Amino acid sequence: MKYLVLLIGDGEEEPWSSMSAEEQASLMQKFGDFSQRCAEREGVEILGGEALGGPDDATVMRTRSGAVTLTEGPYAEALEGLGGFYLVESPDLDTLVEMLRALPRYDMQIAPVLEMS
Amino acid sequence: MEPAEQDSHLRLAQLARQDWGRLLGLLIRRHGRPDLAEDALAEAFATASARWPLEEMPANPAGWLAHVASRRLLDALRHEALARGKAHVIAAAEEVGAPEPDLPGSDLDDRLPLLFMATHPALAPEVRPAMALRFVLGVPTADIAALFLVPTPTMAARLTRAKARLHQIGVAFAMPDPGRWPERVDDVARAIYLAFTAGYAPREGDQVVRLAVAGEAVRLAVLTADLLPGQPVLEALAALVLLQHARRDARAGRDGELIRLADQDRAAWRHDEIDAGLARLMPLTPRGGLAEELRLQALIAAFHDTAATSAATDWAAIARTYARLEALTGSPIVRLNRAVAVAEVAGPMAGLAILRAAADHLPGHHRVATVRAELLRREGDRAGARTAYEEALAACPDGPERRHLIARLATL
Repeated sequence: MKYLVLLIGDGEEEPWSSMSAEEQASLMQKFGDFSQRCAEREGVEILGGEALGGPDDATVMRTRSGAVTLTEGPYAEALEGLGGFYLVESPDLDTLVEMLRALPRYDMQIAPVLEMS
Repeated sequence: MEPAEQDSHLRLAQLARQDWGRLLGLLIRRHGRPDLAEDALAEAFATASARWPLEEMPANPAGWLAHVASRRLLDALRHEALARGKAHVIAAAEEVGAPEPDLPGSDLDDRLPLLFMATHPALAPEVRPAMALRFVLGVPTADIAALFLVPTPTMAARLTRAKARLHQIGVAFAMPDPGRWPERVDDVARAIYLAFTAGYAPREGDQVVRLAVAGEAVRLAVLTADLLPGQPVLEALAALVLLQHARRDARAGRDGELIRLADQDRAAWRHDEIDAGLARLMPLTPRGGLAEELRLQALIAAFHDTAATSAATDWAAIARTYARLEALTGSPIVRLNRAVAVAEVAGPMAGLAILRAAADHLPGHHRVATVRAELLRREGDRAGARTAYEEALAACPDGPERRHLIARLATL
């Protein structure tokens, strides 16, 4: 199965800006750990993943009666903290959660990707 | 009913009771799809109950059920694939993987991953007890609904949604990762205990069915402890529910009225079950967390169960155990119970002193007023007891507990 993992909140992690250089380095290391853990686990593969610009840089595009409007800011409050995402192939949810434990303790939303083909 | 018909009905009931979980586990392991597997197995049982009385009973009834359920499941998959224009995939799969009529559960017991699936943390805690009863033991949905005091269609919808969620989010049919063992085993214990206590909530409803399903929860607790030996939380749970359920026949009168522990006919307690509970409890040593919580509760139940008469109850030991339980949980309900035990040891006034602190944390709870009424009554303060009974009645919902209060007030 494919899963989209949204990193939506700092959770128990300090905000990035209030971390010392060492803390930031150790946090970054966890992303490396996650990649490594996924690479080592059979059936698991990171298909994509990026860090995202903050909510101030988000734009919402809406089409109403054929007219497109663009507005500043995220679509919903829940996505205000959206900091990045991964698209991961994993045999099941439990395996994926084991992998995600390597990441910083962010709040995440995990959504299965529907097979449309 | 013809003898052959009766025979096949009995055999089917026995199969449902013994092999439901194994058969369902086998189906899910083979085909995935917890959402379809359970319906397919239910249909296989329905087919058997229609056909077995008319035909010769198959040589391997469990294998027959597994085979028919597998066919049903493949039909459902094909139906689903047709709707998506992918029927050829299923047709090919069926030719390769024709189900063999093997008897399930020979080496690996599929009921364990089934239990972990039914109590998976990605499911809401409220639905896990129902899922465990349905998945592992095949308890009918209507009975589970009666246990949790909801209409059958409501419970059916909850179960259907939970099963669909298991499939859609991709929950594994597997034993949990070793690193997750402690929390997952706690989740299992919590779900089974909730199923058990639901049967004892003093409410209106079909008490016979609810007690029978609580009995199924006891069976599940014992089965789980046996399937996963050496897990203190599961041993403590099995001990606790055995020791409490052993008193079931003495807990209510002929009209469903509650009978207080002190007034129960101790000859009606199931002493073989008490012995089985004690045998599980005795080897357990103190530890922390849920295992200790359940162990201490089991210990309290054991002190009651082993008292030859109400007067012979070791209330000092019970009060001490409640104190440890209170230190562990901080629960005001535990404190309430401790007040009762302390009153037995040191008199009603000592109990009332402890009760006062519990009352602060349980404002308006009828049991606080009930206990106060009983303690004041024993103290000889009839006016105070009357006020407390009336206060309890004002907060107590309709049901056996309320009728019990009315009866107590009338005899003041």
